[in-house]
Amino acid sequence: MGGAGLSIVRRLRSLLGADAAIGTDAAGLPRVAPRSEEAVALVLGTAASEGWRVRIEGTAGWMPPDAAADVALTTGQLTQIPHLDASDLVATVQAGVVWNDLRRALADHGTWTAIDPPGSGRSLGSVVATGTAGPLRGGFGNVRDHLLGVTLVTGDGRVIRPGGRVVKNVAGFDLTKLAAGSFGAFGLLTSVTLRLRAVPRADLTLVGSGQRDALLTAAQAILETGTTPAALEVLSPRAARANDWMLAVRLVGSDPEVDAARVAVGGAVALPLHELPVQEAARLWPEALAGATLGGSTLRLGTLPTSLDDALDLVEHHLPEGWLSVGVGAGIVRWSGDATAERLKLLRRAAAQQEMPLTLERAPWEVRAQTGHFGAYREGVGRLVSALRHTFDPAGVLVVPVGDA
Amino acid sequence: MGVPARVTSALAGVVGRGSVRVAPAELETYASDGLPTHHSRPGAVVLPGTREELVRVVQLLAYHRVPFVARGAGTGLSGGALADADAVLISLTRLTRILEVDPANRLAVVEPGVVNTRLTAATEPHGLHYAPDPSSQTVCTIGGNVAENAGGPHCLKYGVTTNHILELEVVLPDGSVTTLGSKHGEPWGPDLVGLFVGSEGMFGIATRITVRLTPLPKAVRTLLADFETLRIAGEAVSAIIGHGFVPAALEMIDRNCIRAVEASIYAAGYPTDAGAVLLVELDGAAEAVVVAEGAEVERLLRACGARTVQVASDASERERLWQGRKKAFGALGRVNRDLFVQDTVVPRSALPHVLEQVDRIALAHGIHIANVFHAGDGNLHPNIAFDSRDPDQLERVERASAEILEVCVAAGGTITGEHGVGADKLRYMPLIFDGDTLGAMRAVHLVFDPDEIANPGKVLPIHACRDWRRAAAGGAPAPMAAAGGGA
Repeated sequence: MGGAGLSIVRRLRSLLGADAAIGTDAAGLPRVAPRSEEAVALVLGTAASEGWRVRIEGTAGWMPPDAAADVALTTGQLTQIPHLDASDLVATVQAGVVWNDLRRALADHGTWTAIDPPGSGRSLGSVVATGTAGPLRGGFGNVRDHLLGVTLVTGDGRVIRPGGRVVKNVAGFDLTKLAAGSFGAFGLLTSVTLRLRAVPRADLTLVGSGQRDALLTAAQAILETGTTPAALEVLSPRAARANDWMLAVRLVGSDPEVDAARVAVGGAVALPLHELPVQEAARLWPEALAGATLGGSTLRLGTLPTSLDDALDLVEHHLPEGWLSVGVGAGIVRWSGDATAERLKLLRRAAAQQEMPLTLERAPWEVRAQTGHFGAYREGVGRLVSALRHTFDPAGVLVVPVGDA
Repeated sequence: MGVPARVTSALAGVVGRGSVRVAPAELETYASDGLPTHHSRPGAVVLPGTREELVRVVQLLAYHRVPFVARGAGTGLSGGALADADAVLISLTRLTRILEVDPANRLAVVEPGVVNTRLTAATEPHGLHYAPDPSSQTVCTIGGNVAENAGGPHCLKYGVTTNHILELEVVLPDGSVTTLGSKHGEPWGPDLVGLFVGSEGMFGIATRITVRLTPLPKAVRTLLADFETLRIAGEAVSAIIGHGFVPAALEMIDRNCIRAVEASIYAAGYPTDAGAVLLVELDGAAEAVVVAEGAEVERLLRACGARTVQVASDASERERLWQGRKKAFGALGRVNRDLFVQDTVVPRSALPHVLEQVDRIALAHGIHIANVFHAGDGNLHPNIAFDSRDPDQLERVERASAEILEVCVAAGGTITGEHGVGADKLRYMPLIFDGDTLGAMRAVHLVFDPDEIANPGKVLPIHACRDWRRAAAGGAPAPMAAAGGGA
């Protein structure tokens, strides 16, 4: 660690006392893990006045912790669940709680959250900040749809608490939605209040295999019956760990509801679908999702369900072969592999011409910095994003290449 | 004071003289919304007939720095769409075209003045509907629903407006036009659609709205359970949700409201000696689904203490059970000169306690309150009866209303679940948000509207918003551990 790093560590120790764990990362960069939102505010407020550049980290399970910065600020010590009410189906959870630990804690109370993020070992803060919903997005909506409120510490060290703890709330402007999926561009999430659900009584997975376009057509036919599966995913051979593409349909709900949906799905497609045994189904989804970090980068492309084949053609044309998962109901193509910033930017521009936004979900720093998480905005949007960033992070403390140019 | 004549003349040049109103009698039509306690006559009203006219109107007003207020059908319940004498009210009721229905992708594109139920009527032939169903849905507009993030009985299962808006073309307060989000719902950058929905007309005006359509349920089952007390009915609500049921609607009607309904032409056969009735609607993809779930819910209701449970066996029976709920406001309006509909939300488990507190408050202030509300969401609507000619009553209603909000906030709730803050609840915002959070909202507002000309004076109590820029310039807060020390 150089002199500047040492001086930052000394300063942080003097400021935070026992309210943070302070050390260095593998490269010798000062790393601070505050134990309270007040301590997070103090770090960011000081960074804003001292001109430090701050890198936000969760468990490093999704975003590589390699951004150039003066300080790494991690949620690793924010691992409490201060409020979990199974009767109201609401939980307030600190951002550093690891997703699998959260799932277990919720299950212990007979509840679950209908978010199944790609990757593994990630923190709640990472899932919310990157807005990375998984296949369940088709049936239950995006990450933002599960949030009732957040606590956000802004780039200049202010603590704000938009939203609340009730399932319906229109008081004030919805800054919760702004914070979700913005990759930390506006601040660090210290806690999140989630809308929960009772654990569904029936949970069934049907699978079939075949050629990509035949499976997309079959999935579209399922939607046309008026059925909305919890997940309706077309997986590439690499994602399915099989020789062929796979159509995976997940149905959750009450027993009669799932039975009716199974009949509707079976009647909609000529493709043979078979029901996975419970244990096998319980393995399929997490294994498929864990593959989303097989490559160095992961991106998602949004499109209309009827244009998914075009979106896939674009991805396959511009990028090397990788891991692919297609959320048919949600209109999402997710790809993971290795690609240069130039390739990604070319794809983003080509996709934008077809009204398909590309979000770079994770990538090595040099690729992220050049590509930006977002970009190719419609006219006028980049200006708004820049102004919002300046509002929440006036000193430019947060190292987040959001792509607001 | 007032809107300068050169501005109204210029507006007439854009939309035609017949679509600009300046006569006091005409302006009076726009001086109130659905909330009877607020009244404000705009300086002028303009009714653009096309999207292009709307954009030019906003550009013209931005150029002259004249404040404006967008308004749909005027059914809002927070005084949010009222303009004062210095402002121009922009009525969107002529922008009524449904521009596209895309059944394969389950979406529709509409102009802001399209009436909620008209959209559903247009999509039903495709087996789809627009799910958010505020009780004013036969007259309220999609643009107004976007501004207020409107809810409705069926939002328990299907979500509120924000869950159904995919893309917005908006004219910002400076007159520039931009498109937020994308047609399939994937945000294009940070979620500006989510931010815009519910901004109560203060971030600009939606000129084209892309909405998500939802498949029509193939089968519906409606149950009506009556309970001895509100408390027992409240506990049954938690039991239903806690057992994993997600009813399409779960509505509660209390004794005062039941009696008003049963004494009216809308009588639905609700038992007048009940403390409360619960209306539970289940929907699904097949008759077998709702029959089986209905039987389970019926058992649960009885186990929770329901005295009787009626199950609608056909559409007309279902209609009858719903009639009391849907016509409750009408029935209450019939027997009261004025009615103030409060809108708050509490955690479901707090419903029994809060409802008892509402009763206590009514008693303490000598006023009559009837409750009819979205119990599944914990979204309360105490209806407070009063006579606006009596200043003493008005004052008691105000005090009772404030106390109800305080009780709800203390129980972990919020000050509005679907009606919005508007002008009516400005003063209550500090009950739920601190100065920094309000300051952040104001700073975000200024990004969209630096001149503060779009629906000025609503939502944010300026005095309670911590000054964002000044505080930022003050640097870091004081050290937490004055003595220092390592960790």
